[in-house]
Amino acid sequence: MGRWTLGATRALGDVSIWRPLVIGHMRRLGVDSIPIAIFIAIFTGIVLALLASYIFTGAMPLYMVGALVGKTVMMELGPVLTGMALAGRVGANIAAEIGTMRVTEQVDALETLGYDPRSYLVVPRVVAATLMFPVITAFAVAVGVLAGWVTSVNLLDLSSVEFLKGLRLFYHFKDLWFGLVKSASFGAAIALMGSLRGLAARGGAEGVGEATTRAVVLGCEAILVLDAFWAVVLL
Amino acid sequence: MIVLDGVCKAFGPRVILDGLTLDVPDGRNTVIIGRSGSGKSVTLRCIVGLLQPDAGAVRVDDVVVGELDRDGLTALRSRIGYVFQFAALFDSMTVAENIALGLTRRGIDAPEIAERVRESLALVDLAGTEAKYPAELSGGMRKRVGIARAVALRPRYILYDEPTTGLDPMTTATMDELMIRTRDLGVTGVVVSHDMKSAFAVGDRIAMLHQGRIHRMGSADEMRASDDPVVRAFIEGRPDHAVAAR
Repeated sequence: MGRWTLGATRALGDVSIWRPLVIGHMRRLGVDSIPIAIFIAIFTGIVLALLASYIFTGAMPLYMVGALVGKTVMMELGPVLTGMALAGRVGANIAAEIGTMRVTEQVDALETLGYDPRSYLVVPRVVAATLMFPVITAFAVAVGVLAGWVTSVNLLDLSSVEFLKGLRLFYHFKDLWFGLVKSASFGAAIALMGSLRGLAARGGAEGVGEATTRAVVLGCEAILVLDAFWAVVLL
Repeated sequence: MIVLDGVCKAFGPRVILDGLTLDVPDGRNTVIIGRSGSGKSVTLRCIVGLLQPDAGAVRVDDVVVGELDRDGLTALRSRIGYVFQFAALFDSMTVAENIALGLTRRGIDAPEIAERVRESLALVDLAGTEAKYPAELSGGMRKRVGIARAVALRPRYILYDEPTTGLDPMTTATMDELMIRTRDLGVTGVVVSHDMKSAFAVGDRIAMLHQGRIHRMGSADEMRASDDPVVRAFIEGRPDHAVAAR
């Protein structure tokens, strides 16, 4: 563990190696993931609005639908569902790519050319995912709330004014940054799991498949653990 | 000079190298022959520090590879080119980018990198392939790009891991010619192979690895004339039971 930490710290210090690679990974891991995040957010917003209406009808004012959609999407479902989807997309992508490089000796070739694989392969992906997950989550939160709003106006007996009243009622700035901080940590964990499982891949296609599966499972587990951790620390 | 001194390496209960001792003289091609799984590639990996011996020492230019830290290994590898068995080209990069990657790491400026890429591709008769991706190349072309990537670094040593495996006879001859041409440029070569025709063509010295040690070593002519049953069986490609019967 000590050796691993030392190696990771040294890799972080190789700024000239990983910095030029970050932008490319931000596009591949981040920008290309926005459609799937938006898709999930739309349906989350719709279901939340309908569910809130079902729970609150006859018990609480219906404008509370806005409060529930806003709070839940910003603080929990936006970051966590986006994180889970990206654990599949990003985590699997990283593990498969690095795993294939490992079993085809490309990682060894990198080393013989004087590159530390952690500096060249792991750090830029972890940095890119850490920076891009909050951006993707912000998109997802915006779209999720919008979907809840549109659903409330069109399918429920609720006006835009009432929905926005509920949305503003319990809103705190912390609701937003809490979700974004969580998503940054999810990004780091998913990219790290994918990279480490990929580097540990052995054998051939079967080894890469196994590494990919493990990366996705570990990424999802990490999201749940971090979600609980941030709730304990920040709430 | 590369010196392997009593190198031992095992993977779990399987002993691969068992006290391997070998000197690789400068400016010559030393070919290590031996059966599949005899530890030829493991030997190369120990030389370049991709694997650490369990016992014994590998010395390159009087430096013990196993004692080097990360920066020391990087410095060592700047003197060693490695040609992988399946080329190990980065498939997301073009041929030119593959060759340039190691040069960039050494802090060489862009015009010099472009010149070296051009030169090394010309050396392996692949001028004009700069913009191609590895997937667009044949197996033989990929191996030649692998050699170009190693040569572009202007290393003191080049380690070739099975450079002719899976190639047709004409491409094999081209590869042999390249290894000889590279040696004539003053580069010390360590070639791992079980292709005897190629070994005799490129090897100034041939060492037979058997049961984790160098079993016999000599010039191509000495190995051809050897009456050692293990060497003869390998050169003549006789099956196991024929060796056991002698």
